[in-house]
Amino acid sequence: MAQGTPGDEIIICRDVNKWFGSFHVLRGVDLTVKKGEVLVIFGPSGSGKSTFIRTINRLEEHQRGTIIVDGIELSNDIRNIEAIRSEVGMVFQSFNLFPHLSVLDNVSLAPMWVRKWPRDKAEQTARELLKRVGIPEQADKYPGQLSGGQQQRVAIARALAMQPKIMLFDEPTSALDPEMIKEVLDVMTQLAKSGMTMLCVTHEMGFARGVADRMVFFDNGQIIEQGKPNQIFDNPQHDRTKLFLSQILH
Amino acid sequence: MATVTDTIKPPRSSVGPTGWLRKNLFSSWLNSLLTILALWLIYNLMIGLWGFFSTAQWGVVTANLRLFMAGRYPIEQIWRVEVCVSILVFLLGASWRAWGGIMGQMGMAVGGLLVLLALLPFETNSRLYLLGNVGLLAIGFGAASLIRTRRLWTALWLLSPFVMAALLYGGFADLPVVATDLWGGLLLTFVFAVTGIALSFPLGVLLAVGRQSSYPVIRWFCILYIELVRGVPLITVLFAATLLFPIFLPEGVTVERVVRSIAGFVAFTAAYNAEIVRGGLQAIGRGQNEAAMALGLNPLQTLWLIILPQAIRSVIPAIVGQFVSLFKDTSLVAIVGALELAGIANSVIQQQAFLGRQTEVIVFIAAIYFVGCYAMTYASRRLEKRLGVGER
Ligand SMILES: Nc1ncnc2c1ncn2[C@@H]1O[C@H](COP(=O)(O)OP(=O)(O)O)[C@@H](O)[C@H]1O
Ligand SMILES: [Mg+2]
Repeated sequence: MAQGTPGDEIIICRDVNKWFGSFHVLRGVDLTVKKGEVLVIFGPSGSGKSTFIRTINRLEEHQRGTIIVDGIELSNDIRNIEAIRSEVGMVFQSFNLFPHLSVLDNVSLAPMWVRKWPRDKAEQTARELLKRVGIPEQADKYPGQLSGGQQQRVAIARALAMQPKIMLFDEPTSALDPEMIKEVLDVMTQLAKSGMTMLCVTHEMGFARGVADRMVFFDNGQIIEQGKPNQIFDNPQHDRTKLFLSQILH
Repeated sequence: MATVTDTIKPPRSSVGPTGWLRKNLFSSWLNSLLTILALWLIYNLMIGLWGFFSTAQWGVVTANLRLFMAGRYPIEQIWRVEVCVSILVFLLGASWRAWGGIMGQMGMAVGGLLVLLALLPFETNSRLYLLGNVGLLAIGFGAASLIRTRRLWTALWLLSPFVMAALLYGGFADLPVVATDLWGGLLLTFVFAVTGIALSFPLGVLLAVGRQSSYPVIRWFCILYIELVRGVPLITVLFAATLLFPIFLPEGVTVERVVRSIAGFVAFTAAYNAEIVRGGLQAIGRGQNEAAMALGLNPLQTLWLIILPQAIRSVIPAIVGQFVSLFKDTSLVAIVGALELAGIANSVIQQQAFLGRQTEVIVFIAAIYFVGCYAMTYASRRLEKRLGVGER
């Protein structure tokens, strides 16, 4: 786990609260993430994990508390939001690739339009990234022609093309057939080893044990418990954590 | 005994003409009855058609051909219309070479039509003009072989309507002005259809996007406009545009009737296009928007690069259907006094010299409308296939 000076903190969340109508979905979340740290966030369905990581790139707005990402506090200022979004990559459960664009265009689009890179540079970078996620030969196909695992790897390449400082993963393997989960986890593991700051909502406990620096257990819109993987697996402090782990580990 | 390698022939009755007949036309008692009924109907239709075509006298069409094509456009200026046709033929030839596919088929169809018309007993000059256009088609093809940059040809296509409009209207150099109120026939039908389509489409997209806007004022305005226009018949919109619209203009400003009716058409069709495009917009999942936002694309980029291309692609068939309606509905402007193809037909029918020849006139203009509509739907089917609607 990355240990460093307080200046190393890349995400700071203090007392984050959010309501959907009158439903209190996030109830005072406090979380600090250091540069290069890999977090696995887990917990029961509907506990607010997705909502929480989506507040970090402001796909969801929080209504009380503070979120500071890479030194910029999230507010309603649009320029702040777009600055942060281009520093934070996100991978969704349902891939959300752009079906009308080729794989290469999916990956090179944002660098060209947001970073204003020339096409040559964006496409070259895109090809390198596709090689890195193991599918260089699929560049000219369309997303609909790829398997789920390949699509999710394109989605990771697309997010990485913006050279983000932070990557958010929202259940990246939940929509995949079992035989394709590994190819995606391998890419994520490689990314973690390269020093990327990662927040992963996932229930892949093998990945958590092998790769995570810290695990965060979410329930009912709150962080119930967090710690290193062996501490969470071998010696969970809360009954809720114990119960949940026993359910997903059988 | 048959081994695996033996090929087994199908039973006799299921192949060949008799097999086909039995399977498709006489498979059951009811099917046989329907087949006989259909044959009887076809027979009567043929008799009727034969009766018409064997006695038809096309003099009414040939004598009024110039009226049908260009209305009351002055005869000494008619070369300007002919130049416009030639510009289009030239560009079509070039596009045939540059793009192939649908452009090639259109090129072949137009070339074939020109040759066919040149074989008919028109005056020598007209036949030379028609053959000259066949030559231009070839020259365009050749030009595109030399200069193969598609961008150039796209730019020329986009430029051509403005060049043609300027040429037809005149008022510069030594060209006298030909007011649009003198334009008529097929020329006017085309002007209506092309400007109507070219303007109502972007306007419709704008209204559809506005209807989804998060700014209430914009949203309400778009909803009000769309629902208001969709709630009244086209003919009332045309009357409003031609009769009421001038009242709102400042003193001294006049807008020609043709331009006012085009405005009416655009206003009407845009509302329908907006509803079609809105359907396409709604079919796009929230995930697309979120993925684009998460990459840092701003809302305008997201709309332009991600949402609209998908939305429009999925509604191409419906939009083309709307364009076909517009093309046919141009015949309604006759009611507000613009003599396009149908209006001309109506006036030709009244000519003393050709009393009782209305069927020929109607068949003639119906054929023209049909060719136009069919070309559009055919092009749309090809486009759909190329863009893979329903696949990706
Ligand atoms: N846009 C929304 N509007 C209303 N309720 C929502 C919305 N999104 C999520 N919720 C609710 O918020 C709760 C937390 O959702 P979510 O963050 O997706 O949970 P998790 O990812 O942990 O399964 C759920 O009860 C869900 O139904
Ligand atoms: Mg979730």
